[in-house]
Amino acid sequence: MSREMICINCPMGCHLTVDDTDKSNIKVTGNTCPRGVTYAVNEVTAPKRMVTGSAVVVGGTIPMVSVKTREAIPKELIFKSLEQLKAVRLKAPVRIGDVVIGNVCGCGVDFIATKNVDAE
Amino acid sequence: MKDVIIIGGGVIGCGIARELARYQANVLLLERGNDVSVGTSKANSGIVHGGFDAKPNTLKAKYNVAGNAMFDELSHELDFPFRRNGSMVLCFDESQIDGLTDLYSRGIANGVKDMYIVKGNAEIKKLEPHVSSEAVGALVVPTGGIVSPYEMTVAYAENASVNGVEFRFLSEVISIVKSGATFTVKCADGFSEQAKVVINAAGVYADVINNMVCNKKLRIIARKGDYVLMDKTCGYLADHTLFQLPTKMGKGVLVTPTTHGNILVGPTATDVEDKDDVNTTAEELNDAFAKASITVPELARRNIITQFSGLRAHLESDDFVIGESEVAGFYNVAGIESPGLSCAPAIAVDVAKTVASKLALKAKTHFEAKRKGIPQFSKLSNAEREKLIDQNALYGKIVCRCEVVTEGEIVDSIRRPIGAKDLDGVKRRTRAGMGRCQAGFCTPRIMEIIARELGCDMQDVTKRGGESNVVIGKTKG
Amino acid sequence: MKKIKLVIVGGGPAGLAAAKSAYDAGERDILILEREAELGGILNQCIHNGFGLHTFKEELTGPEYAARYIDEVKKRKINYKLEATVIDVSNDKVVTYVSAQDGLVQIQAKAIILACGCRERPRGAINIAGMRGAGVFSAGTAQKLVNIDGYLPGKEVVILGSGDIGLIMARRMTFEGAHVQAVVELMPYSSGLNRNIVQCLNDFGIPLYFSHTVVNIKGKDRVEGVVIAQVDEKLQPIKSTERLIPCDTLLLSVGLLPENELAKNAEVKLSPTTGGAIVDENLMTSVEGVFECGNVLHVHDLVDFVSAESENAGKRAVDYINGVSLTNEKTVIACTNGVRYCVPTVLNRDEIYAEQSFKMRVANVFKKVELAVLADGVKIYGRKRPVVAPGEMENITLNAEQIKALKQAKTVEITLIKGESK
Repeated sequence: MSREMICINCPMGCHLTVDDTDKSNIKVTGNTCPRGVTYAVNEVTAPKRMVTGSAVVVGGTIPMVSVKTREAIPKELIFKSLEQLKAVRLKAPVRIGDVVIGNVCGCGVDFIATKNVDAE
Repeated sequence: MKDVIIIGGGVIGCGIARELARYQANVLLLERGNDVSVGTSKANSGIVHGGFDAKPNTLKAKYNVAGNAMFDELSHELDFPFRRNGSMVLCFDESQIDGLTDLYSRGIANGVKDMYIVKGNAEIKKLEPHVSSEAVGALVVPTGGIVSPYEMTVAYAENASVNGVEFRFLSEVISIVKSGATFTVKCADGFSEQAKVVINAAGVYADVINNMVCNKKLRIIARKGDYVLMDKTCGYLADHTLFQLPTKMGKGVLVTPTTHGNILVGPTATDVEDKDDVNTTAEELNDAFAKASITVPELARRNIITQFSGLRAHLESDDFVIGESEVAGFYNVAGIESPGLSCAPAIAVDVAKTVASKLALKAKTHFEAKRKGIPQFSKLSNAEREKLIDQNALYGKIVCRCEVVTEGEIVDSIRRPIGAKDLDGVKRRTRAGMGRCQAGFCTPRIMEIIARELGCDMQDVTKRGGESNVVIGKTKG
Repeated sequence: MKKIKLVIVGGGPAGLAAAKSAYDAGERDILILEREAELGGILNQCIHNGFGLHTFKEELTGPEYAARYIDEVKKRKINYKLEATVIDVSNDKVVTYVSAQDGLVQIQAKAIILACGCRERPRGAINIAGMRGAGVFSAGTAQKLVNIDGYLPGKEVVILGSGDIGLIMARRMTFEGAHVQAVVELMPYSSGLNRNIVQCLNDFGIPLYFSHTVVNIKGKDRVEGVVIAQVDEKLQPIKSTERLIPCDTLLLSVGLLPENELAKNAEVKLSPTTGGAIVDENLMTSVEGVFECGNVLHVHDLVDFVSAESENAGKRAVDYINGVSLTNEKTVIACTNGVRYCVPTVLNRDEIYAEQSFKMRVANVFKKVELAVLADGVKIYGRKRPVVAPGEMENITLNAEQIKALKQAKTVEITLIKGESK
């Protein structure tokens, strides 16, 4: 089957055509860079997304710290991962890159902090 | 037991409260909203009319001219924004010049001073360079002025409070019963109080209040007017308040500067059923703007920063009802539509005097007539600003960038007597959130300040009381 | 009065990049004035990813992108003041700021870079009728409440405007447990990035209604619903298509406006098209020694472009401080045939011929066009584009040779050649 999709890797948003008639040889056209191929193949086999959000910080100069998954996680885990985030109480100081939740939902990817929060 | 209960915390109720505070009396003011100036007094043209428009020998005419004359001293005493910018009534057709003459004569009959008529576009443009080239004549009324109506009301309320008047909010009156010489006034929340005199200053609801007590019923029609507020960058477009001469085509709309330098356009006039219906409609806003463009063609839609609408309390008799009703001790101040704001100072003094004489009240030995407003950082000189920040560092924290309002002013507005409790209350007192970004940047900051000062949570902060909470909860924790 | 060589108004991405490059060009007497309690500007609340692919060749979140530049500024020990709001910039380059700590301070600057960003268009500017209670937010205000303060503005949400902020907020609100009923877009196309339509709307089944607008807001104290309607070719709502969507929140993402109040105080000439200053290729405004960069100059699609532009402004400001004459007779760059604006707006007729980039936007969606630069009517540069759209800033870079041709020409024009031109 042939499908059209928009690559979400970068702001260019290339219009891709993906043909996965042959599952062992998925054909991608319309991409500008190799990441487009990876994206398209993932999208028809196991779609993934970056998840960003925030977590509560205790004793910091600000009440929340922003976080992201270190890399894209399976799309179906988005809401589960956000649920896990709700329970987190970090202690300030927090540095960019600090692990907020290790191995989110068992998918092997961590939530990491994306902002520095100093202790109060 | 109170001597007097005033129903309604608009400019009339608060004005009467302040004037009654001169006497030795227990006065309670009941307001249905959670602040003063939340009805008609907050949403109107803010014009102090010259007094040429009202029919001679009406209460409107009498109080307008008298009230107008009081504004210089009163605004000074109570420290609220007022400017005698003068009004002009414009006509756009030679055949209408007679209409100007009629207005002039009416003004003379009402006792309006210093009016004159100018003819020809060139002469008009000498006074107002941005008026349409189609304007052919104008009645100039130098005594016309502009006022910040909500700041005036707040000033009255604060001064009344400082002089001992008690204010109770969220107090919607649901019944008034007279037994002997005593009125029992009940509120929706169960509160009940007795008084010798009740003053009905309930604005568009004055009929409802009157009809609880009097056999002679009143019927007030809520007449909605939509307004368009323009950014200060087009403040140069008008200095006088510019009216259009009423024609067969309708009353026209006004274009006026506000005391803060914006341009205000409006109002439309639509009678509405619901006395809380202050929804603007696209048709009316377009209409107001189109009509205003006849006066000042340079008005550009892209400079609109907000719209609002207000209700005028219109009585079929077309004049105010002021004074003691058929029920002794029950006073009406009803049907106070335009030029009600201009009349308010005179009405307040008059009603207070009448009630004082009725109850044989004695003057207080000490009445604090002066009220100092919130220092307005944006209007101060740099030296004054420095001094202010020196005294209180919160004046060095600018919260509303568009109107240059500091945290010091916001805190002051909350801590004062009859202080602000919500975003709109802060806005009316300090102008925070009233500028071109319309509170986009400062909303979260002001919420924090309100929560801190009132000792509540961010979630409890409202835009304007009731169920108008800004946020519904925390995202986490 | 205190004297400082270079005062930078704003410590967001534009101000930080300008400061860094000014320092690297040799200037040490620099002061950044930032009104918020931390550096980084609006990036701090943009916690989603998608920043930095051009600048850092990796994808960062807003706070991470800001932190990179904050680190650079701190590493260089460039002075900055926080919670310091500039209230005036005069024509003779006196900057007045206030802060709780310093009180009111006036500084005589040699050069000033205005990097104070933009603001959102409010409800009033788009004339939506109806109630005036709680529940109507500009998307950026909602973003701050959710991402920085941790509060949820509402549960049932309609978003007007499909620019990137609107799209990003649709996903954010969904992530935080709200239900986004729809995104409504006045135009027949989105000004947001395609990737954001995919990952912010399509992923969650949020409908996007093109050629629709909100015509009325219902409710008393709080929004109870919005009436949406389809619009005709003239963008006027069609009455018969009106329908009510029950909701408690309306987010407005209806455009950004450069915040040029300080520039106006300084008597800087502004462009009616961009709302920013009229600048030459040095990003200098009509007031000598006053520069603009970032979203205060014109609204950018990507922060990466803001950084690049601002680094340029920093360098040029230092040139000015060092006495390189930047003022010359200027040629106005004419934008024609569907090109809405170009930054720079004017070109010096000097003899400095160096590589120079031009950023521009078109007024409408055009397919199969050639973006061309004409010197005295002769094409000196052309680039074919399968499609151009108002939402996407076009960036072209001309080499020294081409710049020479432009600077020597009497007329300079940027235009769209439509159809199959060769």
